[in-house]
Amino acid sequence: MKFDRRLTAPLLITLILLGAHWSFGVLRGYEAILLAVAATIATELSLRRLLTGQTPQIASAYISGISISILVRSPLLWPYALGGVISIMSKYVLRTKRRHLWNPTNFGICALLFLAPFAVAPLSVQWGNDLWPMLVIWAVGLFTIWRAKRAHITLAYVASFFAFAIVRSLITGSSYAAEVAPITGPMYQLFALFMITDPKTTVSSTWGAVVVACFVAFVEMFLRLAEVIYAPFYALFLVGPVALLVEMWWTARRQVVQPTAPVASSIALD
Amino acid sequence: MTGDATATRRRVLRVVAALVFLALLATPLAIRHFSSASEEGALSTAAALERHGFAFEEVSRAVGIRFSHEPPLLDSKLEPIMPAVAAYGAAVSVTDFDRDGWQDLYVTSSAMGGRNALYRNGSDGTFQDVAARMGVADLNREGTGVSMGAVWGDYDNDGYEDLFLYKWGQPALFHNDSGRGFARVTEGIALPAWINANTAVWFDFDQDGWLDLFVGCFYPADVDLWNLPHTRIMPESFEYAQNGGRNYLLRNRGDGSFEEVADAAGLTTRRWTLAAATADVDGDGDPDLFVANDYGINELYLNEGGQRFREVGRAANLARTPKSGMNASFGDVFNRGEWTLYVSNISEPGVLIHGNDLWVPTQDPGDEPSYRNLAGAMGVELAGFAFGAQFGDLNNDGWLDLFVTNGYVSGERRESYWYDYSMVAGGHRDIIADASHWPAMRGRSLSGYQEDRVWLNDGAGRFRDVTRAIGAVNANDGRSVAFADLWNRGVLDAVVANQRGPLLVYKNTVTPNHGWLAFALQGTRSNRSAIGAEIRLYWNGLEQVQQIEGGNGFAAQNQRRAHFGLGKASEVDSVVIRWPSGVEQVIPMLATNTLHTIMEPQ
Repeated sequence: MKFDRRLTAPLLITLILLGAHWSFGVLRGYEAILLAVAATIATELSLRRLLTGQTPQIASAYISGISISILVRSPLLWPYALGGVISIMSKYVLRTKRRHLWNPTNFGICALLFLAPFAVAPLSVQWGNDLWPMLVIWAVGLFTIWRAKRAHITLAYVASFFAFAIVRSLITGSSYAAEVAPITGPMYQLFALFMITDPKTTVSSTWGAVVVACFVAFVEMFLRLAEVIYAPFYALFLVGPVALLVEMWWTARRQVVQPTAPVASSIALD
Repeated sequence: MTGDATATRRRVLRVVAALVFLALLATPLAIRHFSSASEEGALSTAAALERHGFAFEEVSRAVGIRFSHEPPLLDSKLEPIMPAVAAYGAAVSVTDFDRDGWQDLYVTSSAMGGRNALYRNGSDGTFQDVAARMGVADLNREGTGVSMGAVWGDYDNDGYEDLFLYKWGQPALFHNDSGRGFARVTEGIALPAWINANTAVWFDFDQDGWLDLFVGCFYPADVDLWNLPHTRIMPESFEYAQNGGRNYLLRNRGDGSFEEVADAAGLTTRRWTLAAATADVDGDGDPDLFVANDYGINELYLNEGGQRFREVGRAANLARTPKSGMNASFGDVFNRGEWTLYVSNISEPGVLIHGNDLWVPTQDPGDEPSYRNLAGAMGVELAGFAFGAQFGDLNNDGWLDLFVTNGYVSGERRESYWYDYSMVAGGHRDIIADASHWPAMRGRSLSGYQEDRVWLNDGAGRFRDVTRAIGAVNANDGRSVAFADLWNRGVLDAVVANQRGPLLVYKNTVTPNHGWLAFALQGTRSNRSAIGAEIRLYWNGLEQVQQIEGGNGFAAQNQRRAHFGLGKASEVDSVVIRWPSGVEQVIPMLATNTLHTIMEPQ
């Protein structure tokens, strides 16, 4: 029996989630996960057919739900449901030329952080004290996205982050270690491995995707200099749609038809 | 259906979906609007009495108390983040050290050379600082460290409350010489010469009639914050740190000396302890111990016959998610005769929302303890960067209310350190643990100017924020809060110690329509302070349990008496006292609106 590669991302995310919660209690609780996943799947089931007539993408919705429950921290339950619904709805409301513009999870998280900071915070802690969980997640994550031919995006982003951290350190006077500290945490692991690699919300060419990843890190640098705590999410929120629109314009100009849903879409935090 | 009809239907549905989407985006704004609309503004005393049954008036200066906490100035290597490290030490503990029947206050300062104060209650409405005369003022001398808090307990059962002072430095035990002065007796307490303690609790864990002492530490004992050879002194993680100080358990031998038994008793962790409290949570008659840890999970230790403690925090469901435990208070908030536990944590909107915990027991009698966090459901979850908290019936309506202090570092009002804090806190331990990696604070605030919270228990499962309405607005960096009936009027007054700020004394005025009952216990077979005694009051179909405490909250100790509000009831059915010795005493039909002094039956 052949393994369906579309299941790779849901399985990997689920394993990371369960492992992290079992080991370090990183989640608010299982009810938050269930609520977020139920919200994303229910929204996908109802909107996909109604608005497009196509078969719902349950795996994609599941990943969004899991991602919301990992990346959002709240003592309340409603943000998980609201974030889940907003994430999936953004796919069907904010679109042009049959493509959605924002990574749904990124949109949902940004909406919560911007509109409900009194109730939510981003995941901002590391998982345990050891180097090993970090290395394992990076290794497994990189292997997975390398198989899906998206590793160049992550590597470009990480390299850019380290480079721009030098600039930030010179400007702020903070130590280089402090400036690179965030990327040693799990929020960045998930962001760099699974969110910015979402094929549906990044450009399709290899070098184009590398440039976009570098540009995300570049915009993030300015947001960080402005002391914006949610800098990576907001940077992707700003850069992602612009990159897509530029690609669409460029493609239309050259009148070249491009595929919109490569196989690699199955690995992203959609 | 034709293709055109389908397309039209989908267009309509897209418009509807867009409208729903916009409505969902607006939902948080609506929630914010309606939740803030329910916050109550300031009221006159008369209006507060009418609406809530009590009102506070801050009277510290009027009663002769002019005390302001001073923070420590640590090793210059910590200078960039000094305000965040030197953010502890404001403490208040209540006692009647001279046994004149009036509650006195001991408060600490933390500057090298700063003086602690012992405010003797003059019974005429005023207080006088007698610490220097009594020998407990000049305790922050160069080379000895600085005060973090103090707890009172009659360790030698001579009838006078003795003083244990815990410090980032040399801990000290003072024997109370019949209320005329204090003699340092530190040589007998079996503690290292230098520890970095932030909490201590007196309790008789082996129930031999002599008070034992738990001491909880933050930094490891080998860290001298004034002489640092390096800067790797910070927690290795903000949620899983185990490189803090070890804790100590001192067993009272009964001859004026103590032996350190923490290892043998099973208290071996190295978390960053900030608070502790005791109560018999499993109902087996001996005191159990709860330890609140910053940068990690909390710990619940069940007492196994006074020989060992067994840690059950995870099994009891209250130590699964690491937070930033900074307070431990037990209280019977439902009038069900059981101990609910309040733990304060950090809640900074948009950055770090741990939320405070209200751990409500769910186990059946005889079962192992199990808890469920109902802080959110009951409205006491989000306070701020929360520190000390206390349960007490502030309006004498028969239900325990809650006072929570808030605020970490108040610097520049418009400048926040949270961005830098969150940047480093999310990193690997090699980065976090070294203070030299932390960006400089440069005078910025970190959850500064946050107001304390007074939450009124409505008796129906909800607490209501009445802080402004009853006049308890305090935007200093609150640390410690203690309750006491300072003027013997049958009400609980509140005292708040602020970091780098003034000591505040809130005189409480309570509606005369509500009755009360108070108990001063004296042990005979049990420890003389009666610490650990449980008092169950039955009245008007209700049952409320309180206990005599040897320290709780954050760096605090309430008055030794137990104070019950009765609401509009004019009589009680009975009172059952379970003394630490195990003796149970049933007292029927006590007079109300009276302080009852009760001695343990021989």
